[in-house]
Amino acid sequence: MSDTQNLREWLLSDQPSSRRHAVLSSWYIGWLRFRSNTLAMVGLGVLIFLILAAIFAPLLATDDPFAQDLGQRLLRPGTDGHIFGTDGLGRDIYSRILYGARISLYIVLLVMMVAPLLGLIVGTVAGYAGGWIDIILMRITDIFLAFPRLILALAFVAALGAGIENAVLAISLTAWPPYARIARAETLTIRNSDYIHAIWLQGAGPLRIVTRHIWPLCISSLVVRVTLDMAGIILTAAGLGFLGLGAQPPSPEWGAMISDGRAYILDSWWVATIPGLAIFSISLAFNLLGDGLRDVLDPKDSGS
Amino acid sequence: MSQPLIDVENLWVRFGGRSGVFDAVRGVSFTLGQERLGIVGESGSGKSITGRALLRLIQPPGIVEADQMALQGEDILHASEARMRQLRGGRISMIMQDPKFSLNPVMSVGQQMTEALRAHESVSKSQARIQTIKMLDEVAIRDPERVFDLYPHEVSGGMGQRIMIAMMLLPNPEILIADEPTSALDVSVQIQVLDIMDKLVRDRGMGLIFISHDLNLVAKFCDRIVIMYAGRIVETCKASELRQAKHPYTLGLLNSVPNLEYPRDRLDVLKRDPAWRDAPSVSARQ
Amino acid sequence: MTAISVQNLNVWFGVGAARSDAVLDVSFDVAKGEIFGLVGESGSGKSTILRALVGLVPTWSGTMQVAGETLGKKRSQAFFGNVQMVFQDPYASLHPRHTVDRVLSEVMQLHGIKDVDDRIAQLLDDVGLGASFRFRYPHQLSGGQRQRVAIARALAPTPTILLLDEPTSALDVSVQAEILNLLADLQRDQGLTYIMVSHDLGVVGHLCKRIAVMNNGEFVEVLGVDAMRRLEASHPYTKHLLESSVQSVG
Repeated sequence: MSDTQNLREWLLSDQPSSRRHAVLSSWYIGWLRFRSNTLAMVGLGVLIFLILAAIFAPLLATDDPFAQDLGQRLLRPGTDGHIFGTDGLGRDIYSRILYGARISLYIVLLVMMVAPLLGLIVGTVAGYAGGWIDIILMRITDIFLAFPRLILALAFVAALGAGIENAVLAISLTAWPPYARIARAETLTIRNSDYIHAIWLQGAGPLRIVTRHIWPLCISSLVVRVTLDMAGIILTAAGLGFLGLGAQPPSPEWGAMISDGRAYILDSWWVATIPGLAIFSISLAFNLLGDGLRDVLDPKDSGS
Repeated sequence: MSQPLIDVENLWVRFGGRSGVFDAVRGVSFTLGQERLGIVGESGSGKSITGRALLRLIQPPGIVEADQMALQGEDILHASEARMRQLRGGRISMIMQDPKFSLNPVMSVGQQMTEALRAHESVSKSQARIQTIKMLDEVAIRDPERVFDLYPHEVSGGMGQRIMIAMMLLPNPEILIADEPTSALDVSVQIQVLDIMDKLVRDRGMGLIFISHDLNLVAKFCDRIVIMYAGRIVETCKASELRQAKHPYTLGLLNSVPNLEYPRDRLDVLKRDPAWRDAPSVSARQ
Repeated sequence: MTAISVQNLNVWFGVGAARSDAVLDVSFDVAKGEIFGLVGESGSGKSTILRALVGLVPTWSGTMQVAGETLGKKRSQAFFGNVQMVFQDPYASLHPRHTVDRVLSEVMQLHGIKDVDDRIAQLLDDVGLGASFRFRYPHQLSGGQRQRVAIARALAPTPTILLLDEPTSALDVSVQAEILNLLADLQRDQGLTYIMVSHDLGVVGHLCKRIAVMNNGEFVEVLGVDAMRRLEASHPYTKHLLESSVQSVG
């Protein structure tokens, strides 16, 4: 009992004794701040639940998501061990939802790895360098910003064929411009700070300044923006799936499931509604999480 | 003995946080008559928060408690927010440090001032304009008609602060709280702004609370001084008797300022005695 | 031995009709080991002169020589190892996400200094902070402590010249006294050359031997500290400054 108490005191110490101590301490304090926001914890909880469901899908699923049984079509939720019922081809909706979570999270992960990083690099380089580099990079950003997401996805599908990777590519290419703008705006402010002048006065070059001094400060606002955007990305992916441009049948992608369920919406409402609720939950979770992160990462800690 | 303009007894201001409750003001008592009272302290002493508590500007999670907080006999500790809105500006006003941040940047000077006036008196727009221009003239602004239409970013620091003073005195309050009114100004402009404040406060028979970190400035400008440390009042004295101050903190503050005319090799460093924090607050009530 | 020599320095921002002159035809010399003061109100150009010396200003003309070397558009690493600056606002001069240790080690890394741990301990000692401050973040430090860290950072590459841009204006009076004492001690112990910029005549009069008074980008007068203490000035603007400062003190 007293061990955890000691650990807590150690983490909350305002006189850290080593680099590791200092870093762990600031993470812990950030975590405490996050924890005090109930809605954010709800969002985090839902997200963790969905991630675990996706990872353990093979263990949690009651049936094979691809197994069709035309004799068991459109069963109500709760019949015959089908928790969420069955769809138009007799496939268990519950199992399909679980495997579909994998697809949604896969999309989220891919986009999160590409778009923010690209936006960060473009934005900070443009903001720090200024002049022609800034102008050129920002005009490129404007061009990509001008593309409507779904239309671009259609174009990619026409060019490269339908499939989830192409859908993700299309989404990433349209998702990075706002991050570049945010990063550039932050860089312009930070660039004139005394602490940047100070390290420049020690002989630091632009690469060191941008990556080790400016990026850490941009990351916070970027993380918040990315988390809040995730909801939109998932909806876009679902939209693409709905149009048949994303994951292809028989893949249990949630958007495609809604599309399939359209035909039965009046009599068998659960075929479209259950996947819809799943999309709703993950979007809401990301939104709540993003809100909570903003409270933690907001530069209230950049003052005294 | 006529009623004091402000009577505060045992004022506490607390802020609850994750690491417990922080007491910014701890048991401060003072009265204000038709005089100039200086409240001096370093950052963290609680002087600004005391000023804001008087105007009931402390928002939750801050809590204001006192045995008494009265404005000419009227209880302002428990007064409703609607009543406070009438009092703020109408009876008691506040000037803050930097006009860059205390004047609304998207409204012209004239707009802000007439708004302030019309919040407390029912005058027509044209009447308000006339009074505003007259007030701008009183704070020694040349060409007040032109300044009426300017925006805050178009006026200098000293002018902005004079506009702030004009705006705060326009509704004719009885009490003025000035929170570091000259700290953001150049030295030569400071004198001018202080002279104007001096004249107006004197002519209108107002009470003034002057909050500052500059002990010498306050001693020159005020009648009575209160020195705060760690949320408590550690000493109170007449401004003319500052040099005879007894408390080691006051003496330490006086001695740590480098004086041009009396050079020293080393400046005296203030040794903070923990006992100062724990000692009870000295009452500055008269 | 002249440490710093500035001849006919002009600094301006903007071009053509939008040009504003910050420094106009300023010339002065600072001897090795001297503490030279630059005094003036806000907008007088005093901080701009410091920035021009370290290369933070893009458009200037005239000659600047530091330790015998004439300065051009860029500054070399050797220059940064010799000349350092302390900034005004302690709340803005430290990176909010870097610990004190990180700040100091990075400086050493940039200058190729090897025995980092010992040096850091020594520096923290020199500026009056103990080892317990080594791994703190700026938000865990007070204004005075942050300024000490800024001074430690400036001293890390063992410079011979320190440019001090209003180092105590943002600090409480009692903390200011500590920092001024520290700066005086360091100067004496290490034989440093200082240019100190301030708007506060009391502060400047405490440390500096010779003071230049600036107004609207120009040098109005250069006087010795003794003359200043006797309130003897030739130029009316200097007289006006002296009077205003005395009026608001003791």
